[in-house]
Amino acid sequence: MKYILQELESRRDNARMGGGPARIAAQHAKGKLTARERIDLLLDEGSFEEFDMFVAHRCTDFGMQDSRPSGDGVVTGWGTVNGRMVYVYSQDFTVFGGSLSETHAQKICKIMDMAVQNGAPVIGLNDSGGARIQEGVASLAGYAEVFQRNIMASGVVPQISVIMGPCAGGAVYSPAITDFIFMVKDSSYMFVTGPDVVKTVTNEVVTAEELGGATTHTRKSSVADGAFENDVEALAEVRRLIDFLPLSNRQRPPVRPFFDAPDRIDPSLDTLIPDNPNTPYDMKELIYKLSDESDFFEIQEEFAKNILTGFIRLEGSPVGVVANQPMVLAGCLDIDASRKAARFVRFCDAFEIPILTLVDVPGFLPGTSQEFGGVIKHGAKLLFAYGEATVPKVTLITRKAYGGAYDVMASKHLRGDFNYAWPTAEIAVMGAKGATEILYRSELGDPDKIAARTRDYEDRFANPFVAAEKGFVDEVILPQMSRKRICRAFASLRGKSQQNPWKKHDNIPL
Amino acid sequence: MFKKILIANRGEIACRVIKTARKMGISTVAVYSDADRNALHVQMADEAVHIGPAPANQSYIVIDRIMEAIRATGAEAVHPGYGFLSENSKFAEALAAEGVAFIGPPVRAIEAMGDKITSKKLAAEAGVSTVPGYMGLISDADEAVKISGEIGYPVMIKASAGGGGKGMRIAWTDEEAREGFQSSKNEAASSFGDDRIFIEKFVTQPRHIEIQVLADSHGNTLYLHERECSIQRRNQKVVEEAPSPFLDIATRKAMGEQACALAAAVGYTSAGTVEFIVDGERNFYFLEMNTRLQVEHPVTELITGIDLVEQMIRVAAGEKLPFAQGDIQLNGWAVESRLYAEDPYRNFLPSIGRLSRYRPPVEEASETHAVRNDTGVYEGGEISMYYDPMIAKLCTWAPTRKDAIKDMSVALDRFEVEGIGHNLPFLSAVMEHPKFVSGDITTAFIAEEWPEGFEGVTLPDASIRRVAAAAAAMNRVAEIRRSRVSGRMDNHERKVGGDWVVSLQNQSLAVKVVADPTGSTVTFEDGASMRVKGQWTPGMRLAEMIIDDLPLVLKVEEKTSGFRLRTRGADLRVYVRTPRQAELAELMPEKLPPDTSRLLLCPMPGLVVKINVEEGEEIQEGQALCTIEAMKMENILRAERRGVVSKINAEPGASLSVDQVIMEFE
Repeated sequence: MKYILQELESRRDNARMGGGPARIAAQHAKGKLTARERIDLLLDEGSFEEFDMFVAHRCTDFGMQDSRPSGDGVVTGWGTVNGRMVYVYSQDFTVFGGSLSETHAQKICKIMDMAVQNGAPVIGLNDSGGARIQEGVASLAGYAEVFQRNIMASGVVPQISVIMGPCAGGAVYSPAITDFIFMVKDSSYMFVTGPDVVKTVTNEVVTAEELGGATTHTRKSSVADGAFENDVEALAEVRRLIDFLPLSNRQRPPVRPFFDAPDRIDPSLDTLIPDNPNTPYDMKELIYKLSDESDFFEIQEEFAKNILTGFIRLEGSPVGVVANQPMVLAGCLDIDASRKAARFVRFCDAFEIPILTLVDVPGFLPGTSQEFGGVIKHGAKLLFAYGEATVPKVTLITRKAYGGAYDVMASKHLRGDFNYAWPTAEIAVMGAKGATEILYRSELGDPDKIAARTRDYEDRFANPFVAAEKGFVDEVILPQMSRKRICRAFASLRGKSQQNPWKKHDNIPL
Repeated sequence: MFKKILIANRGEIACRVIKTARKMGISTVAVYSDADRNALHVQMADEAVHIGPAPANQSYIVIDRIMEAIRATGAEAVHPGYGFLSENSKFAEALAAEGVAFIGPPVRAIEAMGDKITSKKLAAEAGVSTVPGYMGLISDADEAVKISGEIGYPVMIKASAGGGGKGMRIAWTDEEAREGFQSSKNEAASSFGDDRIFIEKFVTQPRHIEIQVLADSHGNTLYLHERECSIQRRNQKVVEEAPSPFLDIATRKAMGEQACALAAAVGYTSAGTVEFIVDGERNFYFLEMNTRLQVEHPVTELITGIDLVEQMIRVAAGEKLPFAQGDIQLNGWAVESRLYAEDPYRNFLPSIGRLSRYRPPVEEASETHAVRNDTGVYEGGEISMYYDPMIAKLCTWAPTRKDAIKDMSVALDRFEVEGIGHNLPFLSAVMEHPKFVSGDITTAFIAEEWPEGFEGVTLPDASIRRVAAAAAAMNRVAEIRRSRVSGRMDNHERKVGGDWVVSLQNQSLAVKVVADPTGSTVTFEDGASMRVKGQWTPGMRLAEMIIDDLPLVLKVEEKTSGFRLRTRGADLRVYVRTPRQAELAELMPEKLPPDTSRLLLCPMPGLVVKINVEEGEEIQEGQALCTIEAMKMENILRAERRGVVSKINAEPGASLSVDQVIMEFE
């Protein structure tokens, strides 16, 4: 009997060694942790329960039958993050370069099926050379099985991908479908075709880092939602994100004890808006000052900086924030900003996370590059996302809300529940100068007259009261009272129930 | 007494004058420029008058605009504060012409002391000790040697037209005097086209010590003891104290009496300051007289209990001083730290912007402690580029110098300023410096102790442990809160353990944290333990901790796996990890900061005035690359080495933020 028990331990020890000490050392030398070390950092200490430790591949080609390591290059299972259940898979680069075989894929599929069934997020730690070439089409089939499950799980349980090494070819499409992708700086990259193929096909010379490193995907492509310095930091931040997310679409977002009074008054907000309407200010200051304990988890910080997206808490409950950032491009909406915010709004709506929208938008960015790029349809994504969202929606207009962009930014007309404005708000079809130049085209030759007309327009329309008279703004509030008013607004919406008409699914302008 | 006075100034001094006026039941009029529409002094005053655009030469120092404001409001007297029009005799004359009282000295005193040569002459005539020297022109080296011998070595040989150290030599012997004279003369001729040379006594181990005088129009002239202002950076005072740790009773009396003699000689009334330079042997020499309220007057107020502004107002109203020289106290010790909107990590470059956070320490006054903060700004206010970068003066008072400095350290730790660069860390570093604490200082203190500039503070090991203990205890609170999120798996909750590894300032300390109802005990690997108390909850930006019964005040920002903690001038990234996390973190590669040597980064927020080079141009070391205007100052950025400009990212007129890339090199 004792021998049998020992046999289990020795098999376990063998599986835990992955590709062996030399490959582990090589992994460390690259500044990367092993699959199991990463799980240790992601999950609460001692909470990991493993599946399929002894699964081995079934390939018999190319001499593969002689090497059948336990686990087959991926560690899977479940555990807890601050006591809440999550499923996890962690690819082991020390075993066949983390390449995906049929059985490797089956292991991932198993925990994904359990995650959907039991209602818990899936976190994938990606570090894989790609398909297991020896297995050929079986490997491709494995990818597609994972993709199909990613698709089915989308909107049911949160899915988070952390790219901690290579992720190339077909492998990229699993993370691409998940809700959030995070990358580790300098040690991860993602691309459909690598630098060698690029050179052969297009003669372009490019490094892996330039083609698909963390900088590229957080700043240029927007494929990734964030990048972190190293494995340790990345996993700590994923834990922080998990604390904001519900376990599934059947559960409410998590609430935790908070130490910031909901009725905290902040007089410094009364001077946030500069005297000159063309002077920018930092919208992040408002986000920090509204949120519990100034805690803001930003999503896509480096991309389309003219709009801010991320999670805060109010009274301990998560809230998704979308905010125009006047510091960049005057906070206007463009293709990138619309796409970024639309996807974020849809995530929040899918998982019942209320949305706070902070508006200071002078309009859509004009120009051929925008029109040729299809700003009409991209802008419509954000409009669509807000309009279909049934979660509690609170909007605060701090300054400009001009033109179509006013409508888009969670206006009353898109079923906004609470639409607040500061006294500094200007809700109008356009800025005073532009409006008078159209309305009084005949007087354009007379600068004095136009100036007077502009002043009249400003007096009449550069305020929130015209909109308030019509009920498009529910209440004009003092800036310093914003946290209190917004907390109370969301508190009153805790019982909100709203359904869209039955449909198979909608047809958002993708 | 006046019913209404106007304060022809802004910022903290305007606020300070308003406070006293209000206490005396006098209503106040503020004046403000475009940039100061929302300023604190405007909010505090009973009335406020707009006097023009932001630049001071179009508002605060335009006599006509001030006169209009006086007429419009019917103010009976004007307090000029310091700077601006405070020592402008034309302003005092303009006021006199309209029968408005000037809360300051008579016109002739301002004029007499306003000229450096006249004031020295008058001082010498009044029996005030002046720096020995020869003001006449020196024809040749022999004469220079002779004069040097008469003055007594060491001497300073200076170009008449000199400045910035050019054409200046110090000589300790005849030989050096001969050589120094020649080289000074040559340098002066080539640098200034003016080779006139004069020689004066070189003061060794110089200290800047000044005497506060107060005089009424009934013939009473008193001195309110001294202030030591030796802690200066490029002639900008940074820390002042009263009394001076250097003076003895006899020297204090001698300096005070000479200062009064000078004041009396020029018919001085109101508050004024006679500045002396004092050498290592307590020889003191007259420098100049400031015919106004000094920035650093609060330290005098704290040790004498006299409100100088109140006395200035009373004297201006013709009242007699209510005390005699014998009544002037010298009670305890006061220290003042000037808070500047200057970034010490960037060679004290001015910093402008919005004060997103501004929380000074709470003011208090008791038998054993006092904290006073004179300020002109508020949270949410704007620091503009137009005026002096000083935003507050923090003073502490205690019965002894040691306690006053200790209190200042704590008060600085409690002072929260965010949104702009500021010198709080540097002020903390001064307070912690053993030389400053010992009182062994000269005007060269900062230049000698921080020759390469300020690069932050490294905490001693004992302090590191105290910070680590606090961080471990705080982290436990944060982790327990995290573990109490809703949606946990019942009966399988996360248990927050007691073993942690705290890493900070290149050290890792394994600790065990055991909490109990009154605090926690943090035990280190070597068995030593610390008792940590304090009410910190997540989100609190200031942690008032007590470690082994001694206070530790930390500025706190929660960060990934730990905190950013600031205390005593140190800015620490502190990680608190489980032993397993710490073990794995050890494996992470250290990342070097990105190589910016091929980039020209904007050192301060500002406006591009000019780009001096073109793409593809070859540049030489020291060549001007572009001009950035910030704080009304044109700063020329130069090439650090030879190279070729590969790309220019900014154009004239663009406004840049800190570290924005202006151009790239090949």
